[in-house]
Amino acid sequence: MQATQHAAHTGNHDDESHGHHPTGLMRWVTTTNHKDIGSMYLWFSFIMFLVGGAMSLIIRGELLAPGLQYVSPEFYNQMLTLHALIMVFGAIMPAFVGFANWMIPMMIGAPDMAFARMNNWSFWLLPPAAILLVASMFVPGGAAGTGWTLYPPLSIQMGMGMDLTIFAVHILGMSSIMGSINIITTILNMRAPGMTLMKMPLFCWTWLVTGFLLIASMPILAGAVTMLLTDRHFGTSFFSAAGGGDPVLFQHIFWFFGHPEVYIIALPAFGVVSHVIPAFSRKHLFGYTSMVYAIAAIGLISFFVWAHHMYVTGIPLTGQLYFMYATMLIAIPTGVKVFNWITTMWRGSLSFETPMLFALGFLVLFTIGGLTGLVLAMTAVDIQLQDTYYVVAHFHYVMVAGALFSAYAGLYFWLPKWTGHMYHEGLGKLHFWSSMIFFNIAFFPQHFLGLAGMPRRIPDYAQQFADFNLISTVGAFGFGISQLLVLVVVFKAVKGGAKAESRPWDGAHGLEWTVPSPAPYHTFEEPPAFDPAEAHA
Amino acid sequence: MGGEMARYTNKNSDVSRLRHGSVGLLMAGLLGTLSGVANAAWEISLQEPVTAVARRVYDLHTLLTWVIFIIFIGVFAVATYSIIFHRKSKGHKAADFHDNTTVEIAWTVVPTLILIAIAVPATTTLVEMRDTSQPDLTIKATGYQWKWGYEYITGDAAGVKYMSVLATPRDQIENKAPKGANYLLEVDRPMVVPVGKKVRMLLTSSDVIHNWSVPAFAVKADAVPGFLRDTWFRADKEGTYRGQCSELCGKDHGFMPVVVEVVSTEKYAAWVEGQKKEMAAAADDPSKVWKLDELVARGEKVYTANCAACHQPNGKGLPPAFPGLDGSKIAKGPKEAHLDIVIKGKPGTAMAGYGAQLGDTDIAAVVAYERNAWTNKLGEVIQPAEVKARRGK
Repeated sequence: MQATQHAAHTGNHDDESHGHHPTGLMRWVTTTNHKDIGSMYLWFSFIMFLVGGAMSLIIRGELLAPGLQYVSPEFYNQMLTLHALIMVFGAIMPAFVGFANWMIPMMIGAPDMAFARMNNWSFWLLPPAAILLVASMFVPGGAAGTGWTLYPPLSIQMGMGMDLTIFAVHILGMSSIMGSINIITTILNMRAPGMTLMKMPLFCWTWLVTGFLLIASMPILAGAVTMLLTDRHFGTSFFSAAGGGDPVLFQHIFWFFGHPEVYIIALPAFGVVSHVIPAFSRKHLFGYTSMVYAIAAIGLISFFVWAHHMYVTGIPLTGQLYFMYATMLIAIPTGVKVFNWITTMWRGSLSFETPMLFALGFLVLFTIGGLTGLVLAMTAVDIQLQDTYYVVAHFHYVMVAGALFSAYAGLYFWLPKWTGHMYHEGLGKLHFWSSMIFFNIAFFPQHFLGLAGMPRRIPDYAQQFADFNLISTVGAFGFGISQLLVLVVVFKAVKGGAKAESRPWDGAHGLEWTVPSPAPYHTFEEPPAFDPAEAHA
Repeated sequence: MGGEMARYTNKNSDVSRLRHGSVGLLMAGLLGTLSGVANAAWEISLQEPVTAVARRVYDLHTLLTWVIFIIFIGVFAVATYSIIFHRKSKGHKAADFHDNTTVEIAWTVVPTLILIAIAVPATTTLVEMRDTSQPDLTIKATGYQWKWGYEYITGDAAGVKYMSVLATPRDQIENKAPKGANYLLEVDRPMVVPVGKKVRMLLTSSDVIHNWSVPAFAVKADAVPGFLRDTWFRADKEGTYRGQCSELCGKDHGFMPVVVEVVSTEKYAAWVEGQKKEMAAAADDPSKVWKLDELVARGEKVYTANCAACHQPNGKGLPPAFPGLDGSKIAKGPKEAHLDIVIKGKPGTAMAGYGAQLGDTDIAAVVAYERNAWTNKLGEVIQPAEVKARRGK
């Protein structure tokens, strides 16, 4: 996306400082520039978002009416598995790594990421992993049809598509770990003089904690899938009772990764929103210190609540009680964050450009998802709702609304900085409103389906669930089509449009807004002067 | 399930109707446009509970829904006020404040108190749910891909065991016939329990993890292969209660419902009597020598009930996950190997061992059927005694 701008803007500069610079495809293959790599992460994530989205429409299409209409139950299971894996590992996580690559060096006044070559490698691991995942559909037996949770013994029964999935997860894990090491090192070592940790932009704080969560949790997932692999092919019995193992052991290991994963996705989203809301409220972020503590608390507690995904697996009563109380505890720091954002808006001077609309959409929908999470935390109620559409609704409010809406807030917020052009505001607002309305049509009725007892991961359902499913499918298709608008907006902004100033938003503060728009290929080759009074904006 | 029971046709206590009313009102308010729609298909809360525990869960859910609804309204009333009155377009100037220790302590302490308040009923309900002691009867449910097996362990019916399979015809699923009232929620032989008795369920599985769930009882528990889990219910109203497998268990996960009939003590006694007679009549003479055609006729029934879901009625299977049997190496090869795979299964695949589920005669019949159906015209007879001989080999 940046190719033309960079070439035009920075051609001479490049030649001076680095001699020859590959062009064409090799530029992208060999680049060590954080902006190039950030753009590649974002484009990769958007492509994966479209692939995963198409799969979700196959799922919703099949659920349009009772009866089996378009796909077989086996293929349906493969779709729901790949949809989740691609969205979590291919779309959401790379999107926020893309933001981190683009923005963290510019926010802290660093010339690039700490390990520029490793940065290239951690991106280029992603396409092979994505190819393995997508290719698993075409091998004998098809893709894994186990759900993204890959529970054995079902995953032991799967064909070689399961092995491809395991390798894809390994590669994605390596990429995430390298990305995290890079981000943590950059944040800890390369801040501009005078920018102490507690003066650092909040997006950097969320990524610092996320980086540690990734380093601590991804190897655990890698271990879990490796044990699956050896159970499948090398005669071990980690998860088979017949050989002295336990299928539920896998669930403990998986969710010990899986729950921090939820915050790996959510924390950077919190970071983005903590920049957008103050900018469009023209006010400082309220309670910066408590925000930092809340982020750290959420990150820490996220490792102690994993078995709330496993209330019906037969864990003991004392275990259920402990995990219930620990889970309820997360509501406190999460509440603090929501209150801080709203108080940031309070008595501000608000305007509602697209980034702010998406941030507010995030705030409303993420709060709904958080509150239904509180309902699900109660073990007794969760036993009724576990594995029903209530859970599906809950985590889509957290994931789509929490992560995707905030990613869009970030995209519209920083697009002028990246392209040097303002995006089309009307199209941006249309994108927001259609997303907001269709998202709720698609997912709100799923709460009712779950309460009435419709299980998740079924390709066909009893007739009393028909009406809400129809509504949900209509909403899903509307939501899917709305997402193509963002492609139009980005292409228009890359090609042209009103010239963006270096600080296109009058309420935005921070070092990233001191460089011209589009940001030059190389920024902050000399450490900038950091004004502590400008911090926390 | 939600259909029949939650339509409030059964005149239940006023309390329960109030319960429905309050959540209904709240949810309808949330959805706005759907308020007042009384059609059963628009159910917007939990199914009507028929056990004391399920009623407590229902009330707890109603309480929680009110709590989160009020929190949501409170929080976003503030946000909405700000959005309306603190606009730049109205000339509102931004104030400059960014810290206030008092409010920050307040909005940490107040949510903590709310959480403690709701933790109390949540804890007591859970403790009651997990108390499986002193049951009146115990039933073991075993999950199979894709059906449930029930075995009465204690009580009058001790020893009664049978499979419970989806009864919805294939034509309805494939949209070739109109769907019945209990589409996908009906089985050939439901589990039957007496009203008002504490039933302890033991759960296990023979292949992958399944989940035995009946929403009206607030019961949902995983059936884990190689382990026993337990849960319990005491239904206080006669009726038919329906649930579904609630853990993804492979291709027909959506097609293995749970149906429980709660009947009066007298009806239950009569049912037990009938079951025992039926079992005695159905017991096969193990030394009987079978002729080919009667064996194949019986084998076809066994095949349809146990094998056809994967290997398909036409024997073509769904390769490569579920291989065909028509002309296959196993179905046309030595019968010992064929018997072994049926009895013991094939590790690492979806092929389960049927040795424990089926008797010698049924296994002999189904193997004979597979070796004589379609193009596999081997003309071989397999006697129950041969099956018995292969077991344990």
